[in-house]
Amino acid sequence: MIGLEHYLTVAAALFVIGIFGIFLNRKNVIIILMSIELMLLAVNINFVAFSGFLGDLTGQVFTLFVLTVAAAEAAIGLAILVCFFRNRGTIDVEDVNVMKG
Amino acid sequence: MVASDLNIILPEILLALFSMAALLGAVYTSKDALARPLVWLTAAVLTLVAIWIALASPGGTGFDGMIVKDGFAQFAQVTILLSAAVVLIMGQDYMERTGLMKFEYPILITLASIGMMVMVSSGNLLTLYMGLELQSLSLYVVASLRRDNVKSTEAGLKYFVLGALSSGLLLYGISLTYGYTGTTDFAGVIAAAQDGEIPIGLLFGLVFMISGLAFKVSAAPFHMWTPDVYEGSPTPVTAFFATAPKVAAMGMFARVVHDAFGGVVGDWQQIVALLSVLSMFLGAVAAIGQRDIKRLMAYSSIAHMGYALMGLAAGTAGGVEAMLLYMAIYVVMNIGTFAFILSMSRDGVETTDIASLKQFSDKQPGKALALLVLMFSLAGIPPMLGFFAKLAVLQAAVDAGLVWLAVLGVIASVIGAFYYLRIVYFMYFGEAEDTVDGDMPAVQWVALSGAAIIMVIGIVNLFGLEGIAAAAAATLVN
Repeated sequence: MIGLEHYLTVAAALFVIGIFGIFLNRKNVIIILMSIELMLLAVNINFVAFSGFLGDLTGQVFTLFVLTVAAAEAAIGLAILVCFFRNRGTIDVEDVNVMKG
Repeated sequence: MVASDLNIILPEILLALFSMAALLGAVYTSKDALARPLVWLTAAVLTLVAIWIALASPGGTGFDGMIVKDGFAQFAQVTILLSAAVVLIMGQDYMERTGLMKFEYPILITLASIGMMVMVSSGNLLTLYMGLELQSLSLYVVASLRRDNVKSTEAGLKYFVLGALSSGLLLYGISLTYGYTGTTDFAGVIAAAQDGEIPIGLLFGLVFMISGLAFKVSAAPFHMWTPDVYEGSPTPVTAFFATAPKVAAMGMFARVVHDAFGGVVGDWQQIVALLSVLSMFLGAVAAIGQRDIKRLMAYSSIAHMGYALMGLAAGTAGGVEAMLLYMAIYVVMNIGTFAFILSMSRDGVETTDIASLKQFSDKQPGKALALLVLMFSLAGIPPMLGFFAKLAVLQAAVDAGLVWLAVLGVIASVIGAFYYLRIVYFMYFGEAEDTVDGDMPAVQWVALSGAAIIMVIGIVNLFGLEGIAAAAAATLVN
């Protein structure tokens, strides 16, 4: 029987993978965007699981809003990334280092 | 019913309609040629809406408690709108000089302002999140407004990645809060979280939400984006980042901890106090090595957020009052200082090196004096207004029994005074090098001298702000 705790465990695991993807990744900014998406989707699993468990629709409504915002966020992130690529000629995480201190 | 609901968010609706009309109008007509009048029009609209909100009686709640327009929301919204308007006008000359006068700029600032208004007046975790995202998404774009510049786009990229991460943390906290209370309504959450005993899952949710919020107010240890974003963004945008969004984020922070978790003050008080101490010390120590005045102001704002959080850590109405007062004074000081930074140039080239201020008082004694007053005020040296702001938060912390926090705050303030005083030292006693020589447009001069004058004459009665802040805080904490 798959219960609430199983869903929460999966969501927590995905969320942590997302955070680690942002911090440990040394290669490519695109991977960071994917990690951010993974975090938001992990949250969505949480919401839907709780919503089903509580028999309350609020969580699912919240999920729809989060999905919409995540799409807008990805669009803006990619747009900024394209601008950055035009100036710097690379999107390696190691090269995002003009400013330091 | 519908009419009364809509009536409550009428200012937001009108601002949203204005921004969309402006966007359409500019796209279909002369585009960037329209930017200059649009900046003035936007500033006028923001000011009018601010006056309207200030004069309106608190409207209570709308949309089944999703929007709460109490005195607290009013205070924060007026501060946000007025500072956004002033920063828009102040930066106009700079934007034209650097060829950044795009019509998107005032529109994005308007959209961010709407987001901030929603943030501080939210009564539900859903509205809070949507307001926050509207603000953040607009700000990511304005940070990289100078899109042919590596620094600006890098600032935008860093702000985006860390902003999205913090939204993720906040959202995870929201999902746990929802799961363990069964509602996203603040009224429902506070009913479920009473008497200090809360389930471990809800505690996790609270901690995640505070981490996300700490990112937004740039409190240490979640501050790492601040210096880079401040340095890389165009200076008027930096001025905006340092003012309105900080007020909105602090307002949202206060809403969450008091409106939703007001029943379990003991559970978040320690975390907020820790954030406060770390921010104050990090801001004070890390700024000492900075040579770039925008980076210096970034660390300065981290330290100031530490003091504002000290008011919040008190967990009382007096603490929220002190926090509101602190934020209002902080915004005025920053507007004045950034008006000066905007005018810093040498031989027509923009400069942000603090060494270029050496012997500045010989050339421009009036401006140097105004900056001296602002620096003293930022450092919290009596009798400037900044001292009374610090005094209010320290008093609130002592009243709440957090004497250790107040003592650490005073120590951090002494350390932090060093770098403000160094700027003053450079201006009056430095060895003359390549001193800044740019002219200052009238608007910036008015903002700089106005802020300095407020810092001096405000000490008489704080312009009655204390009473308004107290009334605003009383509506939040009960």
